[in-house]
Amino acid sequence: MSNHVSQKRSRALQRREDIAGYGFMLPSLIFFVGFVLIPMVICVYLSMTDSNMHTQSGGNFVGLTNFINLAKDKVFLDALWNTFVIVFVSVPAVAAFSLWVSSAIYKLKMPVLSAFRCIFYLPVVTGSVAVTVVWKWIFDNYTGILNSILKTTGAIESNINWLGDERYALWCIILILFTTSVGQPIVLYVSALGNVDASLVEAAQVDGATDLQVFWKIKWPQIMPTTLYILVITTINSFQCFALIQLLTQGGSGTQTVMYYIYYTAFKLTEQAGHFGYANAMGVILAIFIGILSAVQMWLAKEK
Amino acid sequence: MENKTGKSKAYKIISLVVLVILAILFLFPLYWIITGAFKPAVDIYAQKPVWWPTELVTTNFANLMNKRTAPLWEIRLPFSHLFSGSGEGIALSVGPTVPAVFRWLLNTVFMAVAAMFLTCFTATMAGYALAKKRFRGRSILFGLIICAMALPKQVVLIPLLKEMSAIGLYNTIWAIIFPTVGWPFGVFLMKQFSEGVPGEILEAARIDGAGEWNTFMTIVFPMVKPGVGALAIFTFINSWNDYFMQLIMVSSNTNYTISLGIATLQAETSVDMGMLMAGAALASVPIIIVFLLFQRYFTQGITMGAVKG
Amino acid sequence: MKKLLALLLVGVMTLSAVACGSSDAPAEETKTETKEEAPAETMEETPTETEAASITLWTYPIGKWGDEATVKGLTDAFTAETGITVNVEFLAYADGDDKVNTAIAAGQAPDLIMEGPERLVANWGANGYMVDLSDMLDDTDRQEILSAPLTACTAPGGEVYEYPLVMTAHCMAVNLDAFKEAGADQYLDLETHTWTTENFIKAVEALYAHYNDTVAAVYCAGQGGDQGTRALVNNLYGGSYTDAAHTAYTWNSPENVKALEQLKSMDGIAFDASLAGGDEIAKFYQGILKMAFCWNIAQQLDPNGAGTGAGLTVTGEEIAFMSFPSETGTSQLQGGIWGFGIFDNGDAARIEASKQFIKYMADSAATVDAVKAANYFAVRSAAEGTDLSAIWSDNEIMNEYQVLMPQLGDYYQVTAGWAGQRTAWWTMLQKIGSGMDVTEALVQYEGEANAAAAN
Repeated sequence: MSNHVSQKRSRALQRREDIAGYGFMLPSLIFFVGFVLIPMVICVYLSMTDSNMHTQSGGNFVGLTNFINLAKDKVFLDALWNTFVIVFVSVPAVAAFSLWVSSAIYKLKMPVLSAFRCIFYLPVVTGSVAVTVVWKWIFDNYTGILNSILKTTGAIESNINWLGDERYALWCIILILFTTSVGQPIVLYVSALGNVDASLVEAAQVDGATDLQVFWKIKWPQIMPTTLYILVITTINSFQCFALIQLLTQGGSGTQTVMYYIYYTAFKLTEQAGHFGYANAMGVILAIFIGILSAVQMWLAKEK
Repeated sequence: MENKTGKSKAYKIISLVVLVILAILFLFPLYWIITGAFKPAVDIYAQKPVWWPTELVTTNFANLMNKRTAPLWEIRLPFSHLFSGSGEGIALSVGPTVPAVFRWLLNTVFMAVAAMFLTCFTATMAGYALAKKRFRGRSILFGLIICAMALPKQVVLIPLLKEMSAIGLYNTIWAIIFPTVGWPFGVFLMKQFSEGVPGEILEAARIDGAGEWNTFMTIVFPMVKPGVGALAIFTFINSWNDYFMQLIMVSSNTNYTISLGIATLQAETSVDMGMLMAGAALASVPIIIVFLLFQRYFTQGITMGAVKG
Repeated sequence: MKKLLALLLVGVMTLSAVACGSSDAPAEETKTETKEEAPAETMEETPTETEAASITLWTYPIGKWGDEATVKGLTDAFTAETGITVNVEFLAYADGDDKVNTAIAAGQAPDLIMEGPERLVANWGANGYMVDLSDMLDDTDRQEILSAPLTACTAPGGEVYEYPLVMTAHCMAVNLDAFKEAGADQYLDLETHTWTTENFIKAVEALYAHYNDTVAAVYCAGQGGDQGTRALVNNLYGGSYTDAAHTAYTWNSPENVKALEQLKSMDGIAFDASLAGGDEIAKFYQGILKMAFCWNIAQQLDPNGAGTGAGLTVTGEEIAFMSFPSETGTSQLQGGIWGFGIFDNGDAARIEASKQFIKYMADSAATVDAVKAANYFAVRSAAEGTDLSAIWSDNEIMNEYQVLMPQLGDYYQVTAGWAGQRTAWWTMLQKIGSGMDVTEALVQYEGEANAAAAN
């Protein structure tokens, strides 16, 4: 009897939680479902069709044909590889670099500290397109200042075609991406390091721990949440390299990425049969790849 | 002991030198934009790069201003085509015809601020619900959010474009704002922050008879404020820089953002670096000034102290 | 729990059905709706006429048709005469196609577009987006318009998807002062503006010997300006780009192999994957490159960015336009044809207004201004009684340029798969530049181009 009552009560409670929960979720859900989830569902559906720009209907169902073709498409495989390279180089590099800069500056006096912090943040606020346009000029094969400096200092003998050479172009793009990515992590790490419990550090030093030991044993665990956040936002940032590719190389010189290739297939290859389906299939693969990446990051965070 | 301090001192000096060099490198593109904007054609087209303008001129800005014009301000109300008799959207338009760059700047500011407020509002509520409300379906939703969090928008390019066109938002600034608000990273972030709100306080408020909304506004919101600050900055900057959505969703000059405007100028006249630098300067200097004025808040708001993994 | 989840799913499904539906089949419905609605509405205001009050024009930068002030002058004159306002958007060659395709996919294509047959006829026309304009051409028009551009603007089925306005022959240019300094001007025939392959090679050698640096670039950063690289490669040893019937690409011929091998072997010539056509012109104006392959009469007439004047580099060195080198000296120049097309947005009133616009710009007394704005030659001898044959008679450079017009070659840009093969072309040049074997590259990328054509 009492069991029954409590069950009823808990059901009422649960209903209240449901109403409150979904009530608070609602505004966000409208946008999430409307502009992320529904497009995603349509994307998965279209990826298994031969839909294209010219037929207004959804196209014919073709099963996994698009995915099979993708596996044979050398351009796509290169693009996938380049995307991997960009993410797996720039994310750790940004995290490590910003951690190093932060630990070097966080104890400095206020105006100096904030000057450094601002300077590293500047490329972030300058805006990706403005930054890209100026870097294009800096990297210019004939009149770029980079070649000019390297030549006058004798570092190189003849001009290097930075953005037009398969050996360098991707790394130039990663470099630009890097400069626009480290600003926020530095700000975050500086404040995280500033908040590390000073008494613990002192105690360890009294016990004769080296700086390195203090860092790994005491500071590192305490800034872990910040590191996680940084990994997540840097990953998001790395996938935003579309502007760089489009404005600098248009996917040439070995810089094709999945993000650009999707756009390219959708709106440049409009003569290719079923190009919308093909582009969506790439989208699905990219989404799976990113979903796994995010899940792994979360799992790592939980483990710690 | 002495040896050790000597070593760490040397390390400090070396690292400081390296930092200063790096800082110069980071400042250089901005320096190059600003000096480039004021260089005369002679310097722009010189075969050897010119470090400092031989003469400070404003011709680049004049060229930029004369390039394109647009009405200063006009805003289409979202979904208004459903209510207006003619099927055309309702647009509020004021202001004289001005150089399009000013319109682009206004569009960009409006877009970034609107996206910022909407995201902070929706994500804070949703994050709180996910962290503190044990509603059914919660873990499924959270899983979805985690997976979709880092999704680049290229993935849903075609469906999103068709959807926007179907609901009449294509070629409006809203088509850029709404997907930004829908991107679930903010919800994830605010959930992490809301975890830090002690359950006992919420329970106490409930016992005192405070309504759900009241509890949220008076107790939860003040406690997650640093998170809202971080999210606001992240959203503002991301939407300012989200060139891709702008490229896809907007087709007319009057709806361009500053990034899109400059990219279009570059596509048209990659020849005139001076004009491009003037555009880049106009695009970046306002936001840099805002950043420098409010940098204390930028850097404070972002403190992750409350994040518990 | 289950109930709620089901509810949510149903919600998502209905929403997605709505989104799917409205993006797919009912698109037709919306079209007809607007068709009915718009005239009905205007009827109330002006009961006698069904006229659209405003139309949109998207234009690529064709001469001064990319300049807002010039275009505004033209459209204002049109508005004054007809009461129809024109909203103009300016496209760039670098990303203009993507923008139009995006707009088409969103069902929001402009009313009018200004470009060439390779886009208007072979691409958008062939896919059924354009309005057939053949009813705008009466016998007089067909007599007045030159047959070559009119043929290019006509689809195989006889539909005219583009109403041509202007045409030109694309050529190349040399920095005459630099040539003189290097003693290479002896290889140029400035009377006929032609030269042979042999002389071209000698000139590059002389220039390289003098400057010891890259003097010309086979640019391949993107599709911008690819007419220049195509004409260069094809003319050098008489190769062709497509077959005569415009059904397949014929890159892999002994002539083209020889040409590419030759270009690759020359010290003064670089395959530059960081430059597109526009960048090449900039470097030429700067005096860095001594030759430009991306050139035409509009460029020759354009006072450069530094404002030193038409036909001069930024440092005031003289520019001479030249035909592309070939073994005989007589080349097949790439034609450029530009005109207007109308996107079929299903709105009769707006199509009608757009036709009025085309009539006004391309076949009326105002055509003189429209042609002059483009900086090219008119495609017709007269327009509604206005003689167009002498509109450039006061312009010395234009007159001199006439010597190249007889060399105008086949307009093969209407071959199927045109947009797709352009990427194959510049990617191929990049690969050759970075060391890929010429024959191998030609085989592979010709294959890609023909695959695009077969689709």
